[in-house]
Amino acid sequence: MKKDNDKVLKRILKYTKPYGHLLLFALLFTIASVSMTLYAPVLVGKGVDLIVSEGNVDFEGLYPLLIRLGIVIALASLSRWLAERCTNKVSHNTARDIRIQAFKRLHILPLKYIDSGRHGDFLSRVITDVNQVSDGLLMGFSQLFNGIITIIGTIVFMLSMDFRITVIVVLVTPLSLFVANFVAKNTYHMFKLRSETMGELTSLVEEMTGNLKTVKAFGYEKEAQKRFEEINSRLRKHGLRAVFFSSITNPCTRFVNGVVYTSVGIAGALLAIKGAISVGQLSAFLNYANQYTKPFNEISGVIAELQSAFASAKRVFDIIDEEPQTPDPEDAVCLDRPDGSVVIKDVSFSYRPDIKLIENLNLTVKPGQRIAIVGPTGSGKTTVINLLMRFYDVDKGEIIVSGYPVKKIKRDSLRSAYGMVLQDTWLKTGTVRENIAYGKPDATDEEIENAAKAARADSFIRRLPKGYDTLVSDNDKISEGEKQLLSIARVMLTSPPMLILDEATSSVDTRTEINIQKAFDKMMEGRTSFVVAHRLSTIREADCILVMNKGKIVEQGTHEELLKKEGFYANLYYSQFDI
Amino acid sequence: MFKLIKYLKGYIKESIIGPLFKFLEACFELIVPLVMASIIDIGIANNDTSFILKRGAFMVLLGFLGLVCSLTAQYFAAKAALGFGTALRNEMFSHIHSLSYSDIDKIGTSTLITRITSDINHAESGVNLILRLFLRSPFIVIGAFVMAFYLHAKLTLIFLAVTLLISAVIYVIMTKSIPLYKGIQSKLDTVSLITRENLTGVRVIRAFSRQKDEIERFEDTTCELTKNQIRVGNISASLNPLTYAILNLGIVAVLRFGGIAVDIGDITQGELIALINYMSQILLALIALANLIVTISRASASAIRINEVFSLKPSMTEKSVSDVKEASSDPDTPKVEFRNVSFSYNGTEASLSNVSFQARKGETVGIIGGTGSGKTTLVNLIPRFYDASEGEVLIDGKNVTEYPFSELRKKVSVVPQKAVLFRGTVRENMKWGKRDATDEEIYKALEIAQAKDFVNDLQGGLDAMIMQGGKNLSGGQRQRLTIARALTVQPEILILDDSASALDFATDARLRRALSTRTKGMTVFIVSQRASAIKNADKILVLDNGKPVGIGRHEELLRSCPVYREICLSQLSEDEVSKA
Ligand SMILES: Nc1ncnc2c1ncn2[C@@H]1O[C@H](COP(=O)(O)OP(=O)(O)OP(=O)(O)O)[C@@H](O)[C@H]1O
Ligand SMILES: Nc1ncnc2c1ncn2[C@@H]1O[C@H](COP(=O)(O)OP(=O)(O)OP(=O)(O)O)[C@@H](O)[C@H]1O
Ligand SMILES: [Mg+2]
Repeated sequence: MKKDNDKVLKRILKYTKPYGHLLLFALLFTIASVSMTLYAPVLVGKGVDLIVSEGNVDFEGLYPLLIRLGIVIALASLSRWLAERCTNKVSHNTARDIRIQAFKRLHILPLKYIDSGRHGDFLSRVITDVNQVSDGLLMGFSQLFNGIITIIGTIVFMLSMDFRITVIVVLVTPLSLFVANFVAKNTYHMFKLRSETMGELTSLVEEMTGNLKTVKAFGYEKEAQKRFEEINSRLRKHGLRAVFFSSITNPCTRFVNGVVYTSVGIAGALLAIKGAISVGQLSAFLNYANQYTKPFNEISGVIAELQSAFASAKRVFDIIDEEPQTPDPEDAVCLDRPDGSVVIKDVSFSYRPDIKLIENLNLTVKPGQRIAIVGPTGSGKTTVINLLMRFYDVDKGEIIVSGYPVKKIKRDSLRSAYGMVLQDTWLKTGTVRENIAYGKPDATDEEIENAAKAARADSFIRRLPKGYDTLVSDNDKISEGEKQLLSIARVMLTSPPMLILDEATSSVDTRTEINIQKAFDKMMEGRTSFVVAHRLSTIREADCILVMNKGKIVEQGTHEELLKKEGFYANLYYSQFDI
Repeated sequence: MFKLIKYLKGYIKESIIGPLFKFLEACFELIVPLVMASIIDIGIANNDTSFILKRGAFMVLLGFLGLVCSLTAQYFAAKAALGFGTALRNEMFSHIHSLSYSDIDKIGTSTLITRITSDINHAESGVNLILRLFLRSPFIVIGAFVMAFYLHAKLTLIFLAVTLLISAVIYVIMTKSIPLYKGIQSKLDTVSLITRENLTGVRVIRAFSRQKDEIERFEDTTCELTKNQIRVGNISASLNPLTYAILNLGIVAVLRFGGIAVDIGDITQGELIALINYMSQILLALIALANLIVTISRASASAIRINEVFSLKPSMTEKSVSDVKEASSDPDTPKVEFRNVSFSYNGTEASLSNVSFQARKGETVGIIGGTGSGKTTLVNLIPRFYDASEGEVLIDGKNVTEYPFSELRKKVSVVPQKAVLFRGTVRENMKWGKRDATDEEIYKALEIAQAKDFVNDLQGGLDAMIMQGGKNLSGGQRQRLTIARALTVQPEILILDDSASALDFATDARLRRALSTRTKGMTVFIVSQRASAIKNADKILVLDNGKPVGIGRHEELLRSCPVYREICLSQLSEDEVSKA
């Protein structure tokens, strides 16, 4: 655990590197402010010495002294302020960098990771945990610097008074650091538990509030509340432990220091009786011992609280350390003008090694062909599309697009060769216009409206309160079919060389669908397209229909050929007229 | 902030004990120097070794008592604060779940998430710190004040001025930073929104290769967030140095005027030193307070945001069970009846106008119509997800507003258009409908929903894990599970809102056959775009732009309703249409 801890610390420090100069400034300003702060009482003392008694006050000497004192105070505050500004900047910027890196990682992680993870947990790491890190750093930097420099400053002052006393004081006080270290070691674990539970809680909240309508539809509120309260009470238990244990460091070290102070005092007093030291020496000695231990108390408190930041940082670093998808090779090509040929050679794939799905799939698509994929649900149609888009990588075999194996093509370039409409619609938070232009941010309004018209979305968009500037998001403010129309408009605008439609119009009424079909036909003239659909009317015209079952292509041919065969497809086709 | 105090209710004892013990500890701490002084003044002076040792032991005892008090204080403060946070979190979660559909449409999920996590955390640490430290500082300040006044009334004016100045500084800084903290939290909402969106939309983002832009958007927001954080941090950073400067200038003033006072013999040098010491004590107390102010400002900003959530009152009221009228038991009353129902989401444009129809027990009602024609809106009125703007919706002859929600949920079960599953096992998901459903009941529901085969094929069967949103299932599998989930309720009314759109026709047909043969007496609403799915319904309702343009059976509508005829012809050939 201790090792864990050190590694995290080292890593955090690495993130502060770009702000090294600021840290240096912070250090310098702290030195300035601490020495001024230590100097001010000396001046006050001198001032008091000038004010002796009635009629015996040296105003001549006092006034310049006061002015000096004023300047010292001003400088102390100023440098303190500057130091805090520097640490402030360092901490928040460091946290920002960590946050951004975690987010960037999201985009190079394999989809498998994202599909199987809990969104809430990820959120909790990016939001709560990073905040914890910045809080910890902020406190850590300012208090640690201050403490260390105060200690050094006091040592210097003490050295200038008495060498022996200094040695004794220096030797005994760090005892408190042992205590602090002991507590810290234990609290790291507790904070880790707390952060994890917080992640769990966020996950539940994210899932339940994100689908509040479903929760309410099933009257699941009570159950959800029960689950929430269970996690929440665990959070409280772990939180109580973490907060309590981290907050006991300070009293504990204070107690240890108190004992040290007392024993030093007693020893000194006994020595004084023997006449080894004078009373004056003893009192000065005690004063410094006192002053010297204070920063230790502070530092020890900080160390314990820093554990919270470390535990949180670890959770963020865990994301950053997650294995990314294999990067595009150096010599990966960009598809300039894909010809639209796609060859699937001997491909095998499964989501989980123990459950086989696609095995030895072969398919040759000539440029410009329209391929329809049909089959019962769960037969692997969407999976084929996942492979074509390289959302998942094949386990065996290869896919060749436009003459290049897909592993040799830059992912971005491969994906932009396809226009894709998926079974699950997704809209980003933004205006309708922004959503349609998602694939082509620089599109003109006219282009956007034309795409919407082709997708038969224009008329409903115009009926929205603010037309194209209406805010939409991934919730249910517009109907499911309308969302699909927007997704279709989105690809219509990009006019891609190849097209993938996975049940793109499943919730759209058939009259609209036919019109959209026509628009697609026009757009895709001579371009390759893959269409997954259940409504067989939409695929009758395809050049080639692939019939899939249980991950295999069981039949292949045109509508007429397949009907004549009276096989799987014919069954599927006629079933739509049964009751 | 004060509005939230009530969540400390269960922790009154703790919130009193905490500060009290902290106070005791402070007292013990103050005695220590006195004891030490007595060691020096009496022990050494009298060469009394045993006195020194006794007093030494006493000091250790004091230290120990201080430790005990302090630990007690920390424990109770932490307990009270965390109890507060926990209660607040529970309350907020339950409040969110009491909101109705139309309220949910208005607020975003991301902001709720940050409010229930981050904001409550801030409030919680605010309470913790207040309990731990807040009492102590004012006590010391006031104490020092009284002592100073006792020493020299006029010089106390300096103290007064200093305290007022510092209060002013604290006030200004708080009023400046609270809105900024609020801004930070709302930026955090945006950060969380973008993150969530990027998680859910990862396929589309990658398909359009927009990762760079999304990262840029995230960076922009995060940078703004950081800028705000630094800004407010800089404001708070001035608090500590300002306090220090003001107090020390106070000391300068005390020296200056104290010098004069000593000169004319008002006070002695020793008293002057005492005054300066009190000033330093105030300084220490106020600096502790200054650090508190940051946390408190942040907590207050968060408290405002928390209260905003609580001030959202659920716009739909539930009839309590006691004053529920008996539902009609007359077998002739229609199961579901719409009487001149109109509905509008925003109050201006009607999404549904003047719909009237009746459905009897055991009937199947098909609903068909163009995209956005109001089908979902219509069926959402039956389980009272929304309240009709005009007209009334009746179940068993009784207005739906007269039912308590729990009874409605038992009577009516909905399969929403968007198949939503939750992380957990298949069994857990099935039990959403009925908490105590047996495996047998679940299997029966799965069988009707045509999901039994594939569930059995999953590793673990009913115990197979489903990932968030059902990501590890195919679209059709997800839909069938949501249908099965609704069936475990064994409702009297089942609503399928386009719930078979991802099913192949064969499975769809089998599903409908199973529904009609195995759920006797259930009134089923089928919303679908497939003519084949509804053409055998007892009653078909055709919607066009929110208006009912035809009600009747397939054959009748083919003749009388041009919209319906057009829909059918777009899917089936002429002879297939008439074949039915
Ligand atoms: N991420 C995943 N992890 C594990 N298994 C998965 C995952 N996605 C899909 N599967 C499984 O792979 C099989 C094929 O799924 P796929 O989505 O390709 O079906 P489909 O043919 O598109 O079906 P539908 O018509 O219902 O959409 C299914 O049995 C499904 O449960
Ligand atoms: N929560 C909402 N707030 C505001 N307007 C809405 C909301 N939900 C739906 N609408 C609008 O009301 C109209 C009817 O929507 P509804 O969801 O009932 O259509 P639908 O017939 O179910 O369509 P689809 O076949 O696409 O599912 C649409 O124009 C839609 O934009
Ligand atoms: Mg709908």
